[in-house]
Amino acid sequence: MAEPPAIIPSDSQPPPARRRLSARMLAAVAAFAVVTTVAVAALLTNIVERRQEARNPFYRVVALEDTTTDPAVWGKNFPQQYDAYRRTVDQVRTRYGGSEGLPHPPTAADPRSVVAQSRLEEDPRLREFWAGYAFSKDFREERGHAYMLSDQEFTERQQATQQPGTCLNCHASMYATYLRLGNGDLTRGFEAVNQMTYQVARTNVRHPVSCVDCHDPATMQLRVTRPAFMEGIRALRASLGVANFDVNREATRQEMRTFVCGQCHVEYYFKGKEKRLTYPWAKGLTADSILAYYDSVGHRDWVHTASRAPVLKAQHPEFEMYNQGVHARSGVACADCHMPYDRVGAMKISDHHVRSPLLNINRACQTCHKFPEEELRARVERIQDRTFELRNIALDAVLELTRQIATVSARDSAAAGLADARRAQLYSQFLVDFVEAENSMGFHAPQEAARLMAHAIDQARRGQNALVRAAGALPVALPGSVATKARP
Amino acid sequence: MALNGRQRAGIAAVVAVGVAAGLGVFTFGYARGASYLTNDPAACANCHIMSEHFAAWQRASHRAAATCNDCHTPHTLIGKYLTKARNGFWHSFYFTTGTYPDPLRITERNRGVTESACRYCHADIVAEIDHRPARHDARDATLSCIRCHTYVGHWVR
Repeated sequence: MAEPPAIIPSDSQPPPARRRLSARMLAAVAAFAVVTTVAVAALLTNIVERRQEARNPFYRVVALEDTTTDPAVWGKNFPQQYDAYRRTVDQVRTRYGGSEGLPHPPTAADPRSVVAQSRLEEDPRLREFWAGYAFSKDFREERGHAYMLSDQEFTERQQATQQPGTCLNCHASMYATYLRLGNGDLTRGFEAVNQMTYQVARTNVRHPVSCVDCHDPATMQLRVTRPAFMEGIRALRASLGVANFDVNREATRQEMRTFVCGQCHVEYYFKGKEKRLTYPWAKGLTADSILAYYDSVGHRDWVHTASRAPVLKAQHPEFEMYNQGVHARSGVACADCHMPYDRVGAMKISDHHVRSPLLNINRACQTCHKFPEEELRARVERIQDRTFELRNIALDAVLELTRQIATVSARDSAAAGLADARRAQLYSQFLVDFVEAENSMGFHAPQEAARLMAHAIDQARRGQNALVRAAGALPVALPGSVATKARP
Repeated sequence: MALNGRQRAGIAAVVAVGVAAGLGVFTFGYARGASYLTNDPAACANCHIMSEHFAAWQRASHRAAATCNDCHTPHTLIGKYLTKARNGFWHSFYFTTGTYPDPLRITERNRGVTESACRYCHADIVAEIDHRPARHDARDATLSCIRCHTYVGHWVR
């Protein structure tokens, strides 16, 4: 019998094509499963991490107290904020602000190896503008918070005149010093420092503005630590019909995000022989109300060397100017633009690298203004260009008046009209300085800045009219116009 | 019983699929995935990045009239869950990789969804304003409700 032909069993030897296909299918399924597992695991660990971060916003590794002035100690609990705070050493220019790091050969009197550019060299008219005042000797562009103490300690203005300890109110971390010198009474410590010389007061402080100057160490809540601001804002609110305003008790959280900055970025003067730091807000926050206040208390900063006019210098009135603008009206705080929120994992922290919003347009502006970055920058710079043009015209007008007063008074120091002309210079000069010294070149309140320049030019015109009458009677030829030298 | 190569590969593939499915189910549960199928606005704030938007919505004029889904998903059953699925996938992708703009910017497609939602509820008033036929495309930003009415939903500063 013949054997049947051998049949290849189908289960052990499938056709080669089908076997390859199913092996490939299996490989593809396995690969897909692997990729999916990796992706889902990545998502899962990401969610776990975010939840952990949200559970522990910070780790308390050191105990903080009112006496903890050193920011590095606070930095152990808040490394992200401290890291950003330390970056205020940067020097980056914007068109009208920021600062440029210039090499400076260290000397015995001034050991700084890097300084900011001199504003007096950029615009030499300012020397004539401030003739007779220490600012005509040395005035540099402001740098970041990190430099506040050394830049004040080593400015040539220190040699030009004996500065009081009051200056340190805004150039050092003062809270612990005030408490210590006042035996626990903040205001008494403040008064004690005001009456020291700058050099003696300097030995009582160690750091530039620090965490404790704005934050309560127990709760991290914002708080005002400067008696001058407490008194100034109380006087301002009293003028609006609110008696005994206590800023730390009554201000909202959003207001505090402006007020802590307003502790220093304001117009001020040293009142009386006690050199009490005073914010001139009892009649209001505008430049006109501040002038009216200075008139009512009879305060003048110095006598202008050329015109012999008693005059005033405005000092960085950012808080006052901002309050006249649309951002203040809309409830936007200083910190919203200068310390915008930054997201680190699940945490939202405010950027303690305080700087120009123009260096951080995405987070500073685009949170509210959904327009391209270049468009926003162009809008800001257009406002600043216009303000700068107005400021140049007004500055020329003041200098013209100053020279004409000098000419007339050299001919006849008792000439009629001189008193009126000098008073006009005082007003005109203060208004120009209010915009010149304010650190936004008009941006904080564009229309207000333009209004002030119109008044400044008007005051100069009135002063010149008073002189025209006097000069006509003498007679004397008045010096001509001042040529504008604009910054590049 | 000895397994041949193909059987071993098959088991490996099944195990891999099982691991992926198991991890997927766990992650879905851990991440409160089911909550995303509801209409509850709190679900959208499961992720911290939405906390401020959620808080702002609670203070905004539309809190009484519209939830997240009313403005951010289409008003059809399929469109709604398709949009949720699509956004859910891309949100997971970008939050895991960390490559997304912050402050968040809405995508063109989602802007269109929101614009359509404005027009759906406010059809009467929109018809009065928007009588130019060429401008009826909901994604056309030149005549967009939310270009001016930025504040109505949730205004985050």
